[in-house]
Parts: sequence; structure tokens; C-alpha cells
Amino acid sequence: MAAAEGTELRPLAPGPGVPVVRPRRQRTSSWPLIDRIGYGLCWATGLALCAIAIAIVLYMLVKGIGYLKPSLFVESPAPAVKQDEAGGFFDPIIGTFILTGLGILIAAPVGVAIAAWLSEYARPRALARAVESAIEMIGGVPSVVLAIFGLLVFSQGVLGFLSQRAANGAVYGRSFFAAGVIMAVLALPLIVGSVREGLAQVPDHMREAAYALGKTRASCIRHVLLPAIRPNVASGIVLGMGRIIGDTAIVTILIGVTLQNEAVGNVPIIGNLRGTGSTLTSYVYTNSPAGEGGAPQKAYAAAFVLLMIVLLLNAIVTRLSSDTKPLGRAAFAGRLRMIGRSLPWTQ
Amino acid sequence: MDPMMPPPVRRIVVEREPYVAPPTGQNGDGGTATLAPAPGAASAPRLRRPATNVRERMRVESVWLAYGDRWVVRDVSLPVRQGEVLALIGASGSGKTTLLRSLNRLTEVTAGAARAGRITLDGEEIHELEVNQLRRRVSMVFQQPNPFPMSILDNVAYALAEHPKHGRRRRRRTPELEATAADALRRAGLYDEVADDLNRPALRLSGGQQQRLCIARALAAQPEVLLLDEPCSALDPISTATIEELIVGLRESVAVVIVTHNLQQAQRVADHVAFMHLGELVEYGSSEQIFERPTMQRTRDYISGAFG
Repeated sequence: MAAAEGTELRPLAPGPGVPVVRPRRQRTSSWPLIDRIGYGLCWATGLALCAIAIAIVLYMLVKGIGYLKPSLFVESPAPAVKQDEAGGFFDPIIGTFILTGLGILIAAPVGVAIAAWLSEYARPRALARAVESAIEMIGGVPSVVLAIFGLLVFSQGVLGFLSQRAANGAVYGRSFFAAGVIMAVLALPLIVGSVREGLAQVPDHMREAAYALGKTRASCIRHVLLPAIRPNVASGIVLGMGRIIGDTAIVTILIGVTLQNEAVGNVPIIGNLRGTGSTLTSYVYTNSPAGEGGAPQKAYAAAFVLLMIVLLLNAIVTRLSSDTKPLGRAAFAGRLRMIGRSLPWTQ
Repeated sequence: MDPMMPPPVRRIVVEREPYVAPPTGQNGDGGTATLAPAPGAASAPRLRRPATNVRERMRVESVWLAYGDRWVVRDVSLPVRQGEVLALIGASGSGKTTLLRSLNRLTEVTAGAARAGRITLDGEEIHELEVNQLRRRVSMVFQQPNPFPMSILDNVAYALAEHPKHGRRRRRRTPELEATAADALRRAGLYDEVADDLNRPALRLSGGQQQRLCIARALAAQPEVLLLDEPCSALDPISTATIEELIVGLRESVAVVIVTHNLQQAQRVADHVAFMHLGELVEYGSSEQIFERPTMQRTRDYISGAFG
């Protein structure tokens, strides 16, 4: 049995009496003064940013939640002098959903197609470079410029079917359609960027494996590459949605900002899209002291709802783009302890 | 002259100084230590019995291959035969992978690829064939196991979708399709391990299983030639052994060409071996001849581990 004892398995951890050495954080006291100042400044700026973010959320929470009533979600805005009779923001919420849906419906397929072409074909080269710069340019254009441009385009006579036409033939040029198309342009660079990033990460031998089976490039993109980068497509779409939901300039200029969503003509859905309306952003703007200013409390409540929607989208993006599952309670506590240990004054 | 030997190796033969004293048994005094046969190579066990029913499928005739201005394969001629395994050996940068990829025109994916000379499949110049048609007939497995991000069954079914037109919609799961897919998995020796759940994501499989899935995928469309580019270099020894047995088992139904850095592997699986160096075919011959009686000094040096 002596030989058997020699091959006996060791316990899974050292015994309780055995001293264990763990790495310690370096002490800053040994650093040059300038490094210590720089380190402190880094901490300070980071903390300041966190403080600002928390302040925004808390301020909107305190200001908004007090005025938030369930009735605000179901009542349409109404013209009234007294605020109690001015209704809620049912129409702006619906407007936000319609506009986001329409914008993404246009931007997602176009964006994925552009990204796939740029990453997988990109011939002729000159055209690819031109497309690339165009995407970059659109990404950098202020949305108010896009909005003015959109108004110019959609006021053209031939595009009257997308908004409404006055008796004298003048085209109004403001509608959910018009705003949706321009919103799609706004969201496009984000989707293209995210999808291209994903495609760049797929190793070449994956494509070659498809070609080696006698598959065309198109089949490879459709059946191999796009399924492989589904998280990137999704996070591009969610980023684009966030951008659309948060934009105000395009809404104020291109959607008409009427109190209620008004359909044009009597075709059900098309009529609504040709019509005018408002979104949460325009609602906040028009009700805030900065706009026409009638109802700051409602502006706060709507802003709070808007903030919550955007935070939710951000959480979705983070979730999609990270491979790890959200932290469990134990891991979360561990991470808190780790942060605690690394604070400058605990060293 | 041996009719199995392709003629144009001549160019290389005159360029290189042949090995002078043919090895005469155990204590042939080669002068330097490098001339002694590599002990590992000599002791590698054979997996195969002599090939039967050998038939030529592809022919490489005076082929030159370039990326841009650089000719990375220079004047290579070889036969590729069904019923046997051909191994391409040689140091990194010897052009063996490029030669392999040219057999199903996968070199064309790289910008600036060019070719001179003839490559034929059953007598037809492969450049005249429709490229996707060719690649269904001459299939390939890569160094890294690369199953597609879909289920095990879908990986094989995707390869089976004969034409892009039929594959556009998610293929309907007909019993025939499942049977053909299962058959391909069986030929790749994977079926028994995955039969309980063919709808599980392929990326959950182990590395060796993934590589066998890639082989199943490549076999699904009934190719005539199977190209393997260092199929075991990312795998552990047990998976490697499984795949080597598989390769030897496949040679009856499909012509197999394998690129490998592993000389023992070449010795275990190959019937014929081509040794390439710096883009040239230095020596081509039966596995026994290359590993036991190489005629060229360079081949001797390489298989005994003097370089590469």
C-alpha cells in the first residue's frame, strides 16, 4: 500500500495552516510626485463623470417621477390654458415608436447591405473609397443640417405623396415618412460601422470554407457571415434606435410637431405616416421653459420616460456586445471589493 | 522511365546535385550525421495497406503560381490519383499550400493570383470549369476547424444545397436530406458521437469533432478530390489519430491530397509524397521511396531534420 499512498491524489486546496501569497497592489508612495498627481487626476475626472451621470439620472428621477402619472401615458395632448386639462403624452410616445420603427426598417437592410458590400466586394476600389467617405461624412453631419436638407427634398412636387399637398399644389414636406427617411440616414453610419466591425472579425478561412464548398460570395454572406455576426447587427440596430429616439432637430423640422398625430387622407397606415405628429423629444422641447414653455412638469415627466428608454437601449447594447453573462451577486460583491481595495486612500 | 513519374521534374533534377552514394542498408557511411535516416520517421507505424484500384483524377502539368510578381510555385508537375493519398511536404514557404489551393482555384480569392501551366480534372482544364462547380467536385478542409455558426445538421445540409437557388430559403428538412447528411457524418466518423442531437450548435463540439464535421461537410456533396491543408495541426494526438485513420479510409472513394508539416503523419497516411522546397518540386515518389531511399540530397536533409 505504500506505493498506492505515493500516488494518492492531493487535496484540492492547500491546508488551512499554509501561508498563501497573493499579489498586492503597488503602493503609490514609491511613485514620483508627478505620477501620483496624474493618477489622482485620473481618479478625479473619472469620479466627476460618474457624478454627472448619476446627477442626470437622479435629477430627472426626482423631477420627473413626481409629475409622472399613469394618465400621462394614455391621454393625448390637448390645447388648454390650464395644465391639468392639457392631457398627457400618449401621442408623442406613439410618435417616437412609429418614427424609430420606420427609420430602423429603412436603415437596417440598407446599412447591412452597404457594410456587406464594403467588406466583401468593394470593387471597384474607387467606388468603395467613395462609399466609405460618404458614410463617414453622413456620420459627421449635424442632424439639423440633415433635417433642412430633408425638408428641401420632401417639399419637391413629385414627393407630395409622402406628405400632404395644399390646395394650390404646394407640398408641405413634413410627415412621419419624411422624418423616418432622414432618421434612417442618421442611423445608417452606426449600423454600417457595427456590421463592418463584425465582418472584419470573421477569420478569412471561414469565408474560404464556404467558397471551398462551391458557394458563391452572396451565399456565404447570407448563410455564414451574417449569422456569425448577428450580435453586431443587433447592436448596430439598437445603437441606431438610440440615435433616432434621442434626436430632436429632425423631429422639430420634419415631423410638423402638431399637438396630436394627425393622419392625411383615409388610408389607415399610409395616411398616418403621411401625416404629422410629435415625439417625446419634441414634446419635451415644446413644453420646456426653453420652447413655448407652457408645462415644465410635463416636460420633466416626458424627459424622464425618454431617459429610461435610452438607458434601456444602452443596457441592451452592452448586453449584446459583451460575451459574458451579467454578473451574479457573488461576482458583483467581489468586484465591489476589488474597487474598494484599489481606491487611492486605501493603499 | 517510370510511367507514374511526371516528366517535367527534369528541370529540378538538373539544377540540384543528386545524392551521390545511395544508402546501402544500415551502416551506409553517409559522412555527416544529417544523412542518417531520422529515427522518428523510420519508426512511424504505417496505417495503410497498399493502395488498390488506383486511377488518375487530376493532373498538374508544369504549373507556375504567383501572387503579384512573386512566383511562389515554379514548374511543378504531379498526378493526383483516386485510391491513394498524396502528401505534400516541405518547409514553410515552400509553396505546398499554394499548390493545394490552386487545385480548386481557391488561390483566386487572393488578389493578384496568377497561374501558368495546366491543371486538369478528368482531362478538363479546371480554368474552363465553372468555379463553384469545380469546388463542389474538389472540396477542401482547412488548418483551423471552422464549422459554420449553425447546427451540426445545418452545416452538412448547407454543403448539400446543390445550387444557390435551392439554398436560398432555409432548406426544408426532408428525410432524404437528413439521411444524406447522416451518411456524410458517418463517413467522417462523427455520426455516433453526435447522433443523439444533430441540432446542437456545431461550435459546441470539441476541436477534433469540429474538424471531422468539416470533413463531413466537405464530403457531403460527394466530391471527387478532397484537399486537406494541415488538418491536424490544431488538434491533440488522439483526434489526430482518428482523422488519420479516416483519411486512409477515404482514399478508395475520393482522391486525397494532404499538406502536412508532420513527416510521421505523411509517412503514416500517404501513398505518394511530394517534397517541395522554395517553390520547386524537389522529389516526387512513393512514400517508401521518399522516406527510405530519397534520391535528392535536399530530401534527405529535410526528412532527417537538417532544416525546415
